[in-house]
Amino acid sequence: MSDVARASNRPLLDLYRTMRRIRSFEERVGEMFVRQGTAGSMLHLSIGEEGVAGVCAAMEDGDSFTTHHRGHGVFLARGGEPGRMLAEIGGKEAGYCAGKGGSMHIADMGVGHLGANAIVGGGIPHAVGAALSYKTKGIDAVSVAFFGDGAMQQGLLYESMNMAALWSLPVLFVCINNQYGMGTRIDRAAANTDFAARAEAFGLAGRHVDGSDAEMVLETAAAAMTTARSGTPGLLTMTCYRFFGHARMDKSPYRDAAEEAEGRGHDPVAAARARLLDRSEAREADLDALDAEAAQEMDAALDWALAQTQPPGAAMFDHVYAPDEPPPQPLRDRLSDVLREYR
Amino acid sequence: MTAAAQTATYREALREALADAMRADGDVIVMGEEVGLYGGAYGVTKDLIGEFGAARVLDTPISEAGIVGVAVGAAMTGLRPVAEIMYVDFAGLVMDQLGNQAAKIRYMFGGQTGVPMVLRTQGGTGRSAAAQHSQSLESWFAHVPGLRVVMPATVNDAYHLLRQALTKPDPVVFIEHKALYVSKGTLDKDKPDAPWGAPVLRRAGGDAVIVAYSRMVHEALAAAETLAERGVEAAVWDLRCLNPMDLDPILESVRACGRAAVVTESCLTGGFAAELSAQISEHCFDRLEEPVIRIAGEDVPIPVAPDLEAASIPTPGLIADAMAWLVSREAPAWA
Repeated sequence: MSDVARASNRPLLDLYRTMRRIRSFEERVGEMFVRQGTAGSMLHLSIGEEGVAGVCAAMEDGDSFTTHHRGHGVFLARGGEPGRMLAEIGGKEAGYCAGKGGSMHIADMGVGHLGANAIVGGGIPHAVGAALSYKTKGIDAVSVAFFGDGAMQQGLLYESMNMAALWSLPVLFVCINNQYGMGTRIDRAAANTDFAARAEAFGLAGRHVDGSDAEMVLETAAAAMTTARSGTPGLLTMTCYRFFGHARMDKSPYRDAAEEAEGRGHDPVAAARARLLDRSEAREADLDALDAEAAQEMDAALDWALAQTQPPGAAMFDHVYAPDEPPPQPLRDRLSDVLREYR
Repeated sequence: MTAAAQTATYREALREALADAMRADGDVIVMGEEVGLYGGAYGVTKDLIGEFGAARVLDTPISEAGIVGVAVGAAMTGLRPVAEIMYVDFAGLVMDQLGNQAAKIRYMFGGQTGVPMVLRTQGGTGRSAAAQHSQSLESWFAHVPGLRVVMPATVNDAYHLLRQALTKPDPVVFIEHKALYVSKGTLDKDKPDAPWGAPVLRRAGGDAVIVAYSRMVHEALAAAETLAERGVEAAVWDLRCLNPMDLDPILESVRACGRAAVVTESCLTGGFAAELSAQISEHCFDRLEEPVIRIAGEDVPIPVAPDLEAASIPTPGLIADAMAWLVSREAPAWA
């Protein structure tokens, strides 16, 4: 960590560092699959969405969260260790989920990450369930459900919102609205894009914030977390722009270069940097040092992850059931059992 | 039988299991549509809210996917929820949360956490409830690795399998039968019929083996009585648990007599009877005198007309006819 970061009690500088780490991480996720020579077709990068670091900074130790298929940034900002994250994304045994889950199913109970999810909206009720546990067991914690604008069109979200409001559960729904559900722009998917109003209709506290302003995200999220902690669940929508395609193979034929240029102008990392310089909270050289530090950290993480091995074949049968339960019988054993009797 | 044995209905046994589990484990909660003030659509949770309060007997909105999804999250964070889905037919609304989430979370997360929840539901015909309230969909669940599937046929199993399910580390789909709620039997809280996963021989017989579960155990037993009058002794095995499933005792039984039938209420094609038939055929191939037959529900939606409904599933008469044909090669009148 650089001196300036270590000495900082300025939230924007911390947010800048987190956002820079997220971007550096995501850049290496793509690189990993080139160097590994494997498909990596299910990779969804959160570049452009780094303002979510503001929500993560508003959470406390003990709070839990679920994420979606584009959740690397949230996990990193909540304490994910980049080497183990990259190892998991690459299907390595040293990864968070022993190489069983990958990018879309990464989880870490240690930091309260209840799981990424590859079904749009699928993890949202789990956050509500966690909040139900906290309320039932008298635990002071908030559960945060992160998801994209695509999930705003899933019925399960509204079942979840209704139950959260009905039972006054400490849960915050966070919609990272990057404008696109795969290739469908939000105005082609939602008849009314005023999502905060939808939340209000369910009795939730609805808030909206510009996701390119990480400081404002932090401030708004802090208020939302306080409200949620007191038992009034909320929805926070954060508008941003997905800088690149839906996944690695997506060349974005559904949008033009002018739109992309405009969208990428709303860059939360660049905006934070400009503001830090403008307010003289950091010098150019300090920020360059932070950038280099993040790059070095992620380079080292990538090298480490690439050096890790895939899980051994026998690991296929682990964790289908609890450790003291018999695992499924491998097919070769089943075939042997049948055919041996007649040979 | 121990001194604790009493006569009870299947419904009462289930309620007792829930109440005893909730007394024993403060993390057990019951949640679902009408489980609280109403007492459960079929009365299984009657008065539980009085003893345990609304925080542990949670009436939910009509949001089946949400109920299961919330139960998944609660199970991951320290509670042991019993989520009730009123009819198994509503499985279509919950299959993502059950099959993609509850079943796979332990595996996808590399064993970091499990989902110790029970999904209680009920299925089957018998109340003229028609196509969306009468199905037998156990094969949907049994096809998903990670889900335990249990279907009690007797009062004692209703109690003990539910108590056992509430100690298990993995999600259990517990499917009751609506036509059995009023059935009476002996409940001995101190004595389960068999260990979790093991089948139980409900009737001995050396001429043929019938494998069944849930309500069809009773239909098979009735058929076996008829068969005995015709000089055919059929063994009736109650599978009880579809996952985990210990088929070995049944295979031994089939090897001894060379004839077997699987009886299910669920419709024939792609059903769990096919899985059982395949396993019996594979393992008993050189001892079989006849093909393993499936006596299953017709491949139709369940009709509302009571006569058609009753005719859409195996009856004791049909089972007896088929078994007599299998054993004595005596073709029934309908053949």
